[in-house]
Amino acid sequence: MAAHTESHNPALLHHFATEEQQRNSASFGMWIFLATEVMFFGGLFCAYLVYRRWWFGDFAAASKSIDAFLGGTNTAVLICSSLTVVLAIWAAQTARRGLMILMLVLTMLFGLTFLGIKGIEYKDKFVEHHVPGSSFSFDHEEIPGQPGHYANPHHAQIFFALYFVMTGLHALHMIVGLGIFTWLLWMAWKGRFTPEYHTPLEIGGLYWHFVDIVWIYLFPLLYLIDRHP
Amino acid sequence: MSDHSKSSPLPTYFAVWGALLVGTILTYEVAKIDLGVFNSAVALIIATTKALLVALFFMHLKGASEKLLKLVVVSTLFFLILLMALAMFDYGTRWYS
Amino acid sequence: MATGNIPPVEREDYLNKHYGVGSWLFTTDHKRIALLYLISITFFFFIGGFFALLIRLELLTPASDLVQADTYNKFFTQHGMVMVFFFLIPSIPATLGNFLVPMMIGAKDLAFPRINLLSWYLYIIGGIMMLHCMVTGGVDTGWTFYTPFSTAFTNTKIVEAGLAIFVAGFSSILTGLNFVVTIHRMRAPGMTWTRLPLFIWAHYATSIIQILGTPVVAITIVLVAAERALHLGIFDPKLGGDPLLFQHLFWFYSHPAVYIMILPSMGVVSEIIACFSRKRIFGYSFVALSSISIAVFGFLVWAHHMFVAGMSVYAALIFSLLSYSVAVPSAVKVFNWTATLYKGSIHYDAPMLYAFGFLGLFTIGGLTGLFLAALGIDVHVTDTYFVVAHFHYIMVGGALMGYLGGMHFWWPKISGRLYPEGWARLAALIVFIGFNLTFFPQFILGYLGMPRRYADYSHMPEFQILNVFSTAGATVLGVGYLLPMVYFLWSMRYGKPASDNPWNAAGLEWQTQSPPTTFNFPEEPVVTWEAYNYDEIDKGHKEVPQVVG
Repeated sequence: MAAHTESHNPALLHHFATEEQQRNSASFGMWIFLATEVMFFGGLFCAYLVYRRWWFGDFAAASKSIDAFLGGTNTAVLICSSLTVVLAIWAAQTARRGLMILMLVLTMLFGLTFLGIKGIEYKDKFVEHHVPGSSFSFDHEEIPGQPGHYANPHHAQIFFALYFVMTGLHALHMIVGLGIFTWLLWMAWKGRFTPEYHTPLEIGGLYWHFVDIVWIYLFPLLYLIDRHP
Repeated sequence: MSDHSKSSPLPTYFAVWGALLVGTILTYEVAKIDLGVFNSAVALIIATTKALLVALFFMHLKGASEKLLKLVVVSTLFFLILLMALAMFDYGTRWYS
Repeated sequence: MATGNIPPVEREDYLNKHYGVGSWLFTTDHKRIALLYLISITFFFFIGGFFALLIRLELLTPASDLVQADTYNKFFTQHGMVMVFFFLIPSIPATLGNFLVPMMIGAKDLAFPRINLLSWYLYIIGGIMMLHCMVTGGVDTGWTFYTPFSTAFTNTKIVEAGLAIFVAGFSSILTGLNFVVTIHRMRAPGMTWTRLPLFIWAHYATSIIQILGTPVVAITIVLVAAERALHLGIFDPKLGGDPLLFQHLFWFYSHPAVYIMILPSMGVVSEIIACFSRKRIFGYSFVALSSISIAVFGFLVWAHHMFVAGMSVYAALIFSLLSYSVAVPSAVKVFNWTATLYKGSIHYDAPMLYAFGFLGLFTIGGLTGLFLAALGIDVHVTDTYFVVAHFHYIMVGGALMGYLGGMHFWWPKISGRLYPEGWARLAALIVFIGFNLTFFPQFILGYLGMPRRYADYSHMPEFQILNVFSTAGATVLGVGYLLPMVYFLWSMRYGKPASDNPWNAAGLEWQTQSPPTTFNFPEEPVVTWEAYNYDEIDKGHKEVPQVVG
């Protein structure tokens, strides 16, 4: 089983016996890291669950004030970016360097689009004084389905606190993801990826898909609490 | 994992992509219908279906040779649900809230 | 029982292979990283111990005469934060775990050596942040940071302390991640799951907790920091928030965290008891499975810290019931260790003395945990010294004893030197006596009603005598901790050189030289024997664990 004497791929690290062991370990390591990320976001989802149940009407009113169309568009953008990621990996597997680079660039463009739309949303919230803090105000907003009843601004502030922390943390992960993909793009450009070795692409892809999955849950929970006309 | 499948995975990828987009539109439209308490359930079911599609097909969990990765995913979700369920057991049985 | 002989020539090992500060600060050798951690956590142990000393000095007299209450609050807070996050959580996994996990499974290194080094740097960064926080004002909320005091009322450096813990927590997560991947993927041929040393099983279980639990306290810290900065209201009842939500999220990690602290120690105890009774651990699979059970069950019980906090009484009932169940796997282990001792050939070397101490003290700590799990008792002793005594019996009488026992057991392997056995046995005895003198009176104090976290107990002056015993015990305990520091350092230069296997112990780590080479084994081992095959070893079977080399 000794691998020392055989010539091997320079990407094989010395403490691994085979490339397969290295690849399996890297993939497993990334999945475990994603497990920690699930628990990280999970605490926020738990807080959200508690307060949505407590202050449903106030949360519904606050949710109505964020733009569901932009949120939905962002969901579609991320879904497209996940597609381009798997296509990039397929391109690596089938030695299509040009396609791989194109798909990586598209993925990053989608990611930047997502952040751009997010920026617009945040700006809207800032202008409307819905950012928690000393200048927060949420007066005279009707609770959906209860005409004449107005949302409690304190409870609405909790919604917006969770909104900003959850989407902000998500956006931070997107930015890190863009950094990772910049590095992957550089490696792809340099020709480091072959059908036999493209592990960084695979594990970068896993991370990206995870960020997509988080948003898949954030969208309905934050944007669509009560959209009955 | 770079498993060399006999047939091209491309049709599957595009089908999943299509399903995800349809699911998104569905979520958006169903939210406008008043289903009472079932609005949340429907939204979460659609979201979970989408998440499963991404995990199984885009993240290649379906083709994974070992059960290990699936065990990681299932255990993590178990503990997350545990956090929420047991916390809700407190919140659900406090009378004054 | 330890044997030593002078090796013929100066052999190359992981210590002398490269010299210079750079070779240490940029190493990816898991053994060197373990030593980097050893130095760092020992440093923080003394910082935490320093605060303990201040606490005990204040409590010598009923009045708050050494310091004011505000300052005293900082003492116990910083004692707790430093001891929990910067000593106990990393202690065994980052030192003995880092050193031994690859060796015990026959690997050259951990799966991700560079992440291992990153893990240490994160720990150091978190440690520096915590030190800075403490010297520029510190924190006074208790290590538990309860809201809304920590978010809306205190003026101390919550955000900085929280960020320090966040960074250190990331270090903990990466260590756990590394161990899980390593144990799954890097085992030598023939090292099946049922042949793994119980030390490995213990670290596997610990790593699961680190991976799944730590992120939740991380996000809780983020929320506390956000609440402090922006007055959000998430935990503020005036604004519609719930202080108990903080407690749910905090304890979801912090209860399993105590299993992070004890499980590795239990792994050490298994190794020591097997070696020094020359017997296979009784009920190996039960002990292995109980490690995993403790990890899983440990996540089900967190709200037993919240019985009197204002939680629903129905939830309290459920958590009380679940808390009883988590004691079962621990008891299974104690029974199995005891059964191992039965008809064993017992040797009373220092590691074994620590293991015996662990058995008794952990059992007492664990049983008092059951008292606390009972709602009726807990209502009376919550927030008293009974609780303080309970957790110190487990963490100091249990975890720390295991750590010291392990340090002694594997010292010849780590350093290539023998420690002085006579001094070590004396130190173990001093630690045991000092420990009990410090903490047993605290059970009584708590039962009689002395509250914890009080600088001033002058309304109950009759408690002074027990407090004086406790402080006296703490002094003795301190001496007991200083002794190993001195003689371990002494042994590095003047200790007898150790042979490869001075204890004649089972385990792959003993089948290579002391200290090991950088890549641990000259050739990849192939395992054909069961764990703890002491019967074969003691019969002198030649084909038993000698790796070709």
